[in-house]
Formats: sequence, structure tokens, C-alpha cells
Amino acid sequence: MTKIIVDGKEVDVPAEYTLLQACEEAGAEIPRFCFHERLSIAGNCRMCLVELKGAPKPIASCAWSVKDCRPGPNGEPPSVVTRSPTVRKARNGVMEFLLINHPLDCPICDQGGECDLQDQAMAFGVDTSRYAENKRAVEDKYIGPLVRTSMNRCIHCTRCVRFTAEVAGTGDMGAIGRGEDMEITTYLESAMGSELQGNVADLCPVGALLPKPYAFKARPWELAKTESIDVMDALGSAIRIDVRGREVMRILPRVNDDVNEEWISDKTRQVVDGLKRQRLDRPYLRRDGKLVPASWGEAFAAIAARVKATTPARIGAIAGDLASVEDMFALKALVGALGSQNLDCRQDGVKLDPAHGRASYLFNPTIAGIEQADAVLIIGSNPRREAPVLNARIRKRWRMGGLPVALIGEAADLTYDCQYLGAGPDTLADVAAGRGFGEILARAERPLILVGQGALARPDALAILAAAAKLGARGGWNGLAVLHTAASRVGGLDIGFTPAAGGPDAQAMAGAGALDVLFLLGADEIDVAPGAFVVYQGTHGDRGAHRADVILPGAAYTEKSGLYVNTEGRVQMADRANFPPGDAREDWAILRALSDTLGARLPFDSLGALRQALFAAHPHMARIDAIEPGPLSLPTTVGEMGKSGFVGAVQDFYLTNPIARASAVMAECSALAKGRLQQAAE
Amino acid sequence: MLDDKDRIFTNLYGLGDWRLRGAQSRGAWDNTKGLIEKGKDWVIEEMKASGLRGRGGAGFPTGLKWSFMPKPDPARPSYLVVNADESEPGTCKDREIMRNDPHLLIEGCMIASFAMGAHACYIYVRGEYIQERERLQAAVDECYAANLVGRNNVNGWPFDIYVHHGAGAYICGEETALLESLEGKKGMPRLKPPFPANMGLYGCPTTVNNVESIAVAPTILRRGAGWFAGFGAKNNTGTKLFCVSGHVNTPCNVEEVMSLPFRELIERHCGGIRGGWDNLLAVIPGGSSVPCVPAHEIIDAAMDFDTLRGLKSGLGTAAVIVLDKSTDIVRAITRISYFYKHESCGQCTPCREGTGWMWRVLTRMCEGRAQKREIDMLLEVSTQIEGHTICALGDAAAWPVQGLIRHFRHEIEKRIDDYAANPHSESVLPYGVAAE
Repeated sequence: MTKIIVDGKEVDVPAEYTLLQACEEAGAEIPRFCFHERLSIAGNCRMCLVELKGAPKPIASCAWSVKDCRPGPNGEPPSVVTRSPTVRKARNGVMEFLLINHPLDCPICDQGGECDLQDQAMAFGVDTSRYAENKRAVEDKYIGPLVRTSMNRCIHCTRCVRFTAEVAGTGDMGAIGRGEDMEITTYLESAMGSELQGNVADLCPVGALLPKPYAFKARPWELAKTESIDVMDALGSAIRIDVRGREVMRILPRVNDDVNEEWISDKTRQVVDGLKRQRLDRPYLRRDGKLVPASWGEAFAAIAARVKATTPARIGAIAGDLASVEDMFALKALVGALGSQNLDCRQDGVKLDPAHGRASYLFNPTIAGIEQADAVLIIGSNPRREAPVLNARIRKRWRMGGLPVALIGEAADLTYDCQYLGAGPDTLADVAAGRGFGEILARAERPLILVGQGALARPDALAILAAAAKLGARGGWNGLAVLHTAASRVGGLDIGFTPAAGGPDAQAMAGAGALDVLFLLGADEIDVAPGAFVVYQGTHGDRGAHRADVILPGAAYTEKSGLYVNTEGRVQMADRANFPPGDAREDWAILRALSDTLGARLPFDSLGALRQALFAAHPHMARIDAIEPGPLSLPTTVGEMGKSGFVGAVQDFYLTNPIARASAVMAECSALAKGRLQQAAE
Repeated sequence: MLDDKDRIFTNLYGLGDWRLRGAQSRGAWDNTKGLIEKGKDWVIEEMKASGLRGRGGAGFPTGLKWSFMPKPDPARPSYLVVNADESEPGTCKDREIMRNDPHLLIEGCMIASFAMGAHACYIYVRGEYIQERERLQAAVDECYAANLVGRNNVNGWPFDIYVHHGAGAYICGEETALLESLEGKKGMPRLKPPFPANMGLYGCPTTVNNVESIAVAPTILRRGAGWFAGFGAKNNTGTKLFCVSGHVNTPCNVEEVMSLPFRELIERHCGGIRGGWDNLLAVIPGGSSVPCVPAHEIIDAAMDFDTLRGLKSGLGTAAVIVLDKSTDIVRAITRISYFYKHESCGQCTPCREGTGWMWRVLTRMCEGRAQKREIDMLLEVSTQIEGHTICALGDAAAWPVQGLIRHFRHEIEKRIDDYAANPHSESVLPYGVAAE
């Protein structure tokens, strides 16, 4: 720790702190544009100038570390002044320079109200301009379907350039030209190729880069902000849902250092329009082969008739990828009350099972723990598609240096150097035997074995899981990292939304002639064979609804409060930001109402009561934001590994769930990405 | 007055043979091994005692700079980088060295590298210097052929030398931008600290020196620090290449003692001012980036770092630009201002936005199409740039404007009055300054 005097106040800070951090520690606010905590230091906006006693001129506090300061002549700590006339004049000067070529279009700029330049101009600007010349005009650039540019407003802080180069790893953006003719653009105005590109709009301190789908839609002061959890992948990224009236206007990231730092993927951010399209807003009944609108009573009566007509053993339920823990708990209770144990939350057929211990299906090293890993082996996964934010975390660790990464499965550009070992289990067996990359893993103290769903949705999944677990096992470090793709999955496994031992799994339940009544809780990724009476409870007119005989309209993730357990086993609570459309209701309430009609009334009348019951049955669900450690007890006989290569669980990042498939923005992104893939193949 | 026997650059005008044989006959590569055998500390002490100040413009003591290099570390090799990106308008000394005395530079590189424990040296040659690069490369090849440099050379210090050709950008003469460019990146200055002596080329300890600073080193060591320190005034010792251009009768490059009075420099070597001493308007004494000095202040001033700093100007690269009374001083400074606007790299705000602003205001002022209050505004804008940027280009852009306003405010005011008296006259300039 080093002593330093800021505005006469002595503070004790670590020597590697920058002056900007030291000043903040001392309570002095430093204006900045180019500086960002999670990007490298550029020091180019010059807004954070401070006076350092003994230095001939003002210095950029973001780029000057405390250890670079020399002590005073008598050994007193270095002294920094942030409020002197010199500093104020320097900042006013920089602000004036930034504004001379900045257009006066705040009234029509979407950044208005949350603009760093606007805010700081209030503090450091003047109300008139001395600049009598013509302002610079810069052509707007096309940089993709998600980010709209208005390059007149650019102040050349290069945050976007640094983000794409450092965090996203695609290096999409750069600056051409020099001096006042410098322009930020992508190469020949091609679309950005990153799955995290939307973040550049958040990083932009002015209105030069703005979210394109949100353009001219709303003003920040009109929006009600709700902090919640994302369900587009299994990370559970922290998000903020901004709502005007009943409509979700946009989704922004929140800071959660343990999960998403402050990035979110493009799907998380721009799936918003999918929440408004193709919504199921009233119950439907299939009559004469066609789905026709019905009342809740008619729908429930139809279900009750079919349930009464069959035996409990021929009733089953499959939970989809976006269901909350409460919904699944209520459904499990309902199916249980009807006397059946035919449950499954693994519609993709993965072989993970709570019977093998909680640690057998978690991302055990934790997401933040990636930064401690010293070797990474990826099996049957493309983390860039399955969890882009997590992939950025691996890249962050890789940029720190000394991280060997290898991949078994489908070859992919993961944005960091990755040794491609092979396609399937044969390669894994080689590594497990300590050959090739296995030597590196054997030397590693904290190896991370990332296993994707693509390696687990196959008959030899247990053998693969066991091999991975063995490779990652160290005393005090469990390197087995199962990367889920469904937000509901870990929660479902936690509450035992799985068939009884020997019972039919999701694939079997969906098979021809297996069941008479099948309940789909937002399960759209599974094909149900003709025959069974299908009750689909969900949000969108997607695959499940097309197959359904009765449709019960439910609430999307922004429209209900619910618990989600992310891939590392962290319990998080999502909050309600708006209301479901039309007659749609929250899912637990639908199940509660249905249970009455079925004569198996569920013992809770409110979400609170439901949670009480859930917490009583599964105490760790009450510990929000905590990860409950669990045992790892894989069976001793796991069978032989097969021969076929691993196929990734996510082939199209942009279209993984019904909400994303309803989104026009996601469709455009998907088409672009496909075109790029084709181009690359040519 | 410098005697011929005391000249370091004895082939400055290219009258003799620039090749190895010719250079050796003039004393280059004479007992280099002996100098190296005297040890690093001796070299650095001798350089310090000579009082040599960096010839690139800032005038930082060269020996001191060499002594900043950390101890050799096998994991982080040290590098010497020679800045031959001579782009300052008015300056043309390094090109003559590279063209006509390249072996002095190469020998200097060897000794300087030895003094700071570097086994590799890069010479970054300005993009426009084609012939200079060819000569220098030929000289380097000669040295390799003669085994004067290389892994197992006759001088006993393993040493490789590389000539790198830039692409022609003024900013790449800034030492950290030069390093970026040398690494293959965009030539944009780095933040300091860390300084290059700590984190330079490829993150390793690096010293960046001007061509002239390096080229004089072998002669200083051979003839002794005392000999070199014997020229010039205190703290401004030695000999220096002056590049005199502008309105003198015979513009020239000449090696002279430091602290030589301006009048003597011009009378002796340049045939006097065009039209006589009464016709002298002002002098830009150190390349385009330093403020101009009006005639009455400069005529009897000594040409050295400290005296010129006292005149609120600087010796810079000793590129003396002489302006007689036929000069439109406002337009001249406007042209310089355009140069800096054009060469600003665009990285940091004050320089990127401010240089264009100053140039545009000046363009109006040289027609008189301005308000008198704008003169003070222009001065304030220049101070808002000065000292607030990452590198010194901001300062270099601000100083000429400040010099103009300091000494020739009356000229601008007269221009404005003339225009105001006849506001509908044709533009004073037949074409814009930028088009020149």
C-alpha cells in the first residue's frame, strides 16, 4: 500500500492503482470518456487530467499509476490536485475541443439523457461556442444489423475498437485516416462478426453507436427499469429490463463480476422484439384438426376429460429450456398428484442425472474460476455459440497468458488460439490416456474440462463424462465444467424433474404410443410423435404449439418472477418487468388453476406459498446468488465410448429458443452469420 | 568559428568517398575495438563529460539517457533505435549524414549499443528518404562484409544492425510512435510512463536517439570528452550541424560550434541576409515547431539551447529558417499550422480537434477576415492544446502560433483593419493556404 495525497486528503492505496482509481478512493470524481475498467488504457480523451505536484504539466490520471509518482522533496507522499484552476481549465479546454465538432443534435439523439458527453458538458462545458468554422461531417457506416452509427457524434475514444480487439476477440472495428479525419469503422463497412457486438453501443459514451432495433423508440426517462436474469443461455447473465407501459423496450447488462462482468450476448440484448411477435395470448383447442380460440374453462375441461380417460402411467410432462424452477416444481407436483412419475426436463436427451451427484452436472470451476484455470480442454462444445459471454471469459484468461486450450469436437474459431485435437471419443481416449494434450493436462494444477451438451446427448455420455471428470479432478479443484445451453436445466435437475429410475425419458415419452397425455411446459425442441394428446403451455406459436391439442398461454421470462439456476449451480431470481399479453397468465398460476379442474388441487395459492414449499423441499433454492456444492458420484461402470464425432448442441446461435425464433432481428443476424459461414467455406 | 581539423562530419557535402574505404581514410572505424575494450562505464562517463545534448530537438543529455538503461537481462534484451525519421520542416542534417558519412552513424550505433548492453540496433529511416536508405543499407552491407558488425565481428561486441524504412509520417519521428511503427502497428504515440528505457521496442528496454547524437559519439570518444566540451558555452557544448534555409544568400548545411552568434553564422556561411541585415524580419531557429524570434532579438543571440529558450523559442534541430521582410509572416505560420493539422495522428483530443481549429482561424486571419478578439481566442486555444496531449506534437503545433501572436500581433490587427476598411475586396490570397 502506498500513501498519496488527493486534494489534501491522505489515502492509502495499492501501488499499482492508477491515479484515477486513487482519486476515486479519496472521493474525488474524475470525468472520463476513453477510460473503462474492463478495457485497456488508451489515455486519449484527456478529460481526466489532474495536477501532480512536481510534474510540469497536467497528467492523464487514467494512465498514470501511483507507483510512478515521485515523493515530495522531504519524503512526503505525492500530492494530486483535482480541483485547482489549472485542472479545471484543462478539462474545460478538452471539453471545448470535444464539442466543437460534435453535432448539436441532442434533441434527436437516442443517447440523450444517458450521454456521458451531455452530462459532463453540464459540468465542464460553457453555454456558447467560440468555434465559428464549419463542423466536421463524417459519413455514417454500416457495421451490422445491431448497431446503428451516427459518426458525426464520434469523439474517438476508441472504446469500441478496444472492446472488439480485447473482449470480443474479433477485431471488427478500427480507425482509418488520421488527425481530424480519423474515422471509426469496420473493414470496408462489413457487419461485425462477434456475438457480443451489441456491447459496443453500451460502451460508446456518446450517441455514435446506438442499438439499431431500438432507434427512435423511447427516451431513457420514460422507462421503468427492472433488474432481472437472462434465460437465453445457461449463464444467467444479469440484465436490466427497460419497460414502457406494457412493452419491453430494451434489455441492458448489469454488472455481475461472478457471471457476466458487464457484457451480454446479442441474443440476450436484442431478442426483445421476439417477446411481441407470435405470442400466445389466449387458450386454444384443436377441433377437427384446427386450433381454435377457446376459454380457459373449455381448455381445462378438455384436458380433464383426457386425463380422466387414461391411467396415471400414461401421463407425462416435459419441461422446456426457459421454464423457471417454480413452474417446474408446480408441474412436478401436479403430475405427481395425478400419480405419475413421467417427468423430464432434458428434451435434448442428455444423460446428466441428479443421481450422479450435483457436481456431475455443474460448471464446477465456476465462471469466475475460469480465470484461475491453467489449461482448458473443450469437449463437444462451441462455447462461442453456446455461451458467448463465457467464451469471452476464457479469452480473458487466455490473454493473461500461459493458457493452453484444446478442442475435441467440431472445429471452430473460438477467438483465441485453440489446438484442434480431433472430432470424437477416440481423441478423448488418447488425451485421457495422457498422450498429446493429455501431458499438458496432467501437468496442470487447475485444468478446466469444458463438456458441452453435444458430448452428453448420446448413448456413451456417461463414459465421456467420467473421462472428463477424471481429467479435471485434482485435490481441492474439480475441473469438470458442464456447459449447459438451457436456462432451466440445472434447476430442473436440482428439483428432480427427471423420470423415476427405469422410467421413460423425454425421447421415450415423445415416442409413438408411449403416452396418452403429454404436458409440454414450453418444450419446443422436441418432436412429439402423433398419438398422444399434447397440452402445450408456453409463450410462442412455435414447434410445441403447432403440435398441441390444447394451448395454455403462459408468461415469458420478463413477465414473471422466477428462480433460475445457472450452469455453475448459482441460484438467481428473475423479476417481473411487465405483464403477459391478453389472457396469458403466469405459469404457476395456470398449473394451480388446472389442478383444481383435475381434482388434484396443489397446496399453494400464491407464488410466496409455492416458494415456501419449494424451499422446504430444496433448501438450497432459498440461497439466492449462492452456489451449493454437491457430491460427484458417477457410477463405476460407465460403458464404452462410441465412435461418432461430437456434434455441437447449438448450430445457430441466434435461433435457439421460441422467443429468438420469433424475433426478426435474430433472423437477420442468423442469415448474416450463415452467409459469412458460406463465404468462409468458399 | 570551427577549424576544419575539429569537424566531425568531414564529408558532409559528399565531396569525398562515402564508402567504407573513404570513411576509414577519414578516421571512421579507427580502433573501435579499443574504445569498446575501455568498458561501458568509461563510454557513458565520457559521453556525460562531453556535455552532448540530444540533437533531435529536446536537448536531453545523451550520456545520461544511455545510463538509464537497466542492467542486461537475458529474458528482455535491450535495443538501440536510431531515429532517422527526420521530418521536421527545415531540417536536413541527418540525410546528409546518411548519404555522405553513413559509417560514422554505423560505428556510433555499435558503440552506443555496447554502452547500453544492446546487441541489436534498428535505424528507422524516413519514408521519403530513398537514396539515404540505399546508401545506409549499402554501408551496413559493407560493414557486414568487412566483419565490422555481426555476430562475431572484429570489434568484439556481438551486434546486428537493421535498416527499417518507414512509410512517411511526421508523427513516426516521435520516439514511441516510431517504436509502434517499427513493431508494425499504426504510428501513434504511446503513453508515458512507462518510458522506452523501461518498456520500449517489443516491451524491452530501448533507447531512441537521433542520428546526429549517435554519429558524433565515436569521434567524441576518440578525441576525448574534453575536446568536445571545449566548444560552445556551458551546458551547450560541442559542435552542431546547422541547416540554414530561407532568405539568406547561400542556404547551407554547416557544422559549427554551439553558441555561435546568429549574425556570425549567417555572415560566415550563408553570405548574409537577402537584402541586408535591415531586411531581416524574423527567424525560426529550430525547425518549424519552435516559435519565431523577431530580428532585433535574434541578431546577436548565441545559437544554443539555453539562450534561445531565454528568447521563448528553442534550438530544436538547429534548422534555422530565415524570414526577410518580403515574407507574409501570418501566411507562413498558417502554412506551418496546416502541416501540423495534417500530421496530427488523431489519437488524443486536444491535438486532433485543436490543430484544425487553429489552422482554420489562421486561414481567415491571413486574409484579415476575422475579429480582433479572435487573436486572444486563438492564443487561448493554443494554450489549451499545449501540454495537454500524449506526445509533443500538440506543443509543436501550438508554439508557432504563440510565437506569431507574441511578436506579430500588430501585423494580424493591421490585416483585420484593412479587411474591415474594404470588406468586399477580393480575397487577399489567390488560393487557400492548404492548397499550397
